[in-house]
Amino acid sequence: MERVAIIGAAMTQFGQRGAWVRELLAEAGKACLDDAGVEGDDLDHLYVSNMASGEFEGMTGVPNALAHDLGAMPAYTQRIDQTSSSGGAGTYAAWQSVASGASDLTLLVGGEKMTHRTTAEATDVIASLTHPVEYKHGVTLPSFAGMTARHYLEQYDAPRETLGKVARKNHRNGVDNPHAQFRKEVDLGTILDSPVIADPLRLYDFCPITDGSAALLLCPESVAEEYTDDYSVVTGVAGATDTHVVHERDDPTTMGGVVESGEQAYEMAGVGPDDIDVAELHDMFTILEFLQMEGLGFADPGEAWEAVEEGETERDGDLPINTSGGLKSKGHPLGASGVAQVYEIHEQVIGDAGPRQVEADVGLACNVGGFGNCVTTTVLEGAR
Amino acid sequence: MSFDAHRCPNGHVTYPGHTVCPECGEEQTETADLSDETGEVVTWTTSTATPPGVREPNTLAIVEFEVDGEAVRALGQATTEEIETGDEVEPVHVDELREPGVGVREPESQEWDGYRFGPT
Repeated sequence: MERVAIIGAAMTQFGQRGAWVRELLAEAGKACLDDAGVEGDDLDHLYVSNMASGEFEGMTGVPNALAHDLGAMPAYTQRIDQTSSSGGAGTYAAWQSVASGASDLTLLVGGEKMTHRTTAEATDVIASLTHPVEYKHGVTLPSFAGMTARHYLEQYDAPRETLGKVARKNHRNGVDNPHAQFRKEVDLGTILDSPVIADPLRLYDFCPITDGSAALLLCPESVAEEYTDDYSVVTGVAGATDTHVVHERDDPTTMGGVVESGEQAYEMAGVGPDDIDVAELHDMFTILEFLQMEGLGFADPGEAWEAVEEGETERDGDLPINTSGGLKSKGHPLGASGVAQVYEIHEQVIGDAGPRQVEADVGLACNVGGFGNCVTTTVLEGAR
Repeated sequence: MSFDAHRCPNGHVTYPGHTVCPECGEEQTETADLSDETGEVVTWTTSTATPPGVREPNTLAIVEFEVDGEAVRALGQATTEEIETGDEVEPVHVDELREPGVGVREPESQEWDGYRFGPT
């Protein structure tokens, strides 16, 4: 099996954008091709990670639209929808295409256009992933987060303030990310006094609704140097599922898909949690950062909050988490987020993260779909 | 309507039912009606940002029942915002939990009545 390199990466400005999904995808896709110095018609495969362009703006068939806009014909195209983890799933698919020998050059572009819808409408599009017995009660992804956060805080006797510190950290990190939706520090008092959204969680425990796109270009490592000296290698990638019906899990604070995809990605890369220098975790809600830290073995069950209290996950800590600002401040354009996570880890391990740079040879991205329903974990290493 | 948990020949119980038992892969052949049972609140939230057609605020709880010694959980709306973890609750039937056809889900594709959880 071919080892697979990432030889180009790009992302658009995240936030409230005038552009529609087709234009956002083309913007990131073109920037990524330019980053590696290749043309659209050099591509063998072109993948698009997107959850709901049909539901959000009545636009389907986006991979073919993108192929035409980038001049990529006759490249094979495919759309990857795995809800919020579409980007991670796209990374997995793009890796498979090159590792298997089916493609010598694959472009992955993730994107979503959401902000033209009201918060209630966007929340409903996302909540449509739930089982009928959940949907009829008006459950939303934020309300799953509220119930899980309460359970975590009660079970482990963790202080409410600790979740606020995750938000404060990720906002602070986002200040140095020029692509982030929010580039503003927020103090703990403001976070803890913000309006209740899903008790005990408040406004600043949640990521915003966002437009944006991100892209990666992949080829066999054996030819990567023909394109660039600054490339990363996908040394581990895996995906896994947990129950569709969230209440059927024995322990609401354990995300089985995180555990399983993490174990498989570690095994493939030949590394363990102690080898990871930097991680991007799917902080759609602050509580998810704890659940992923524990699921991936960065902390024991019930102890992630203590690592946060001790500053271990800050940019200057032992394991910096969400140096990009995370979904929390960078924003969460559903299909783009998993790709943007890998973009950040790629920039970190090739030493191109600018003011966000930390010392990192090995990095990990964990992309969570649904409420842990489907998860993809990717391990990247810088080229040696 | 009933509030049925589903059981396979090996005694595993789920709500809702599935094509096969997620635990062992056997077909689920029996049902157990939870509507006359009481359960215990595992966790809960009050959501203030609700989708179209959903009451606001919307208090939701995950409740654990016991069927022949086997624990089975269900998510549902609560009848009151005054709820705590560990409370004993009972199912209360409601004809329409949210307004069908207002959100994105096709109204004909699923049922809209069901059970809220209220204090015993």
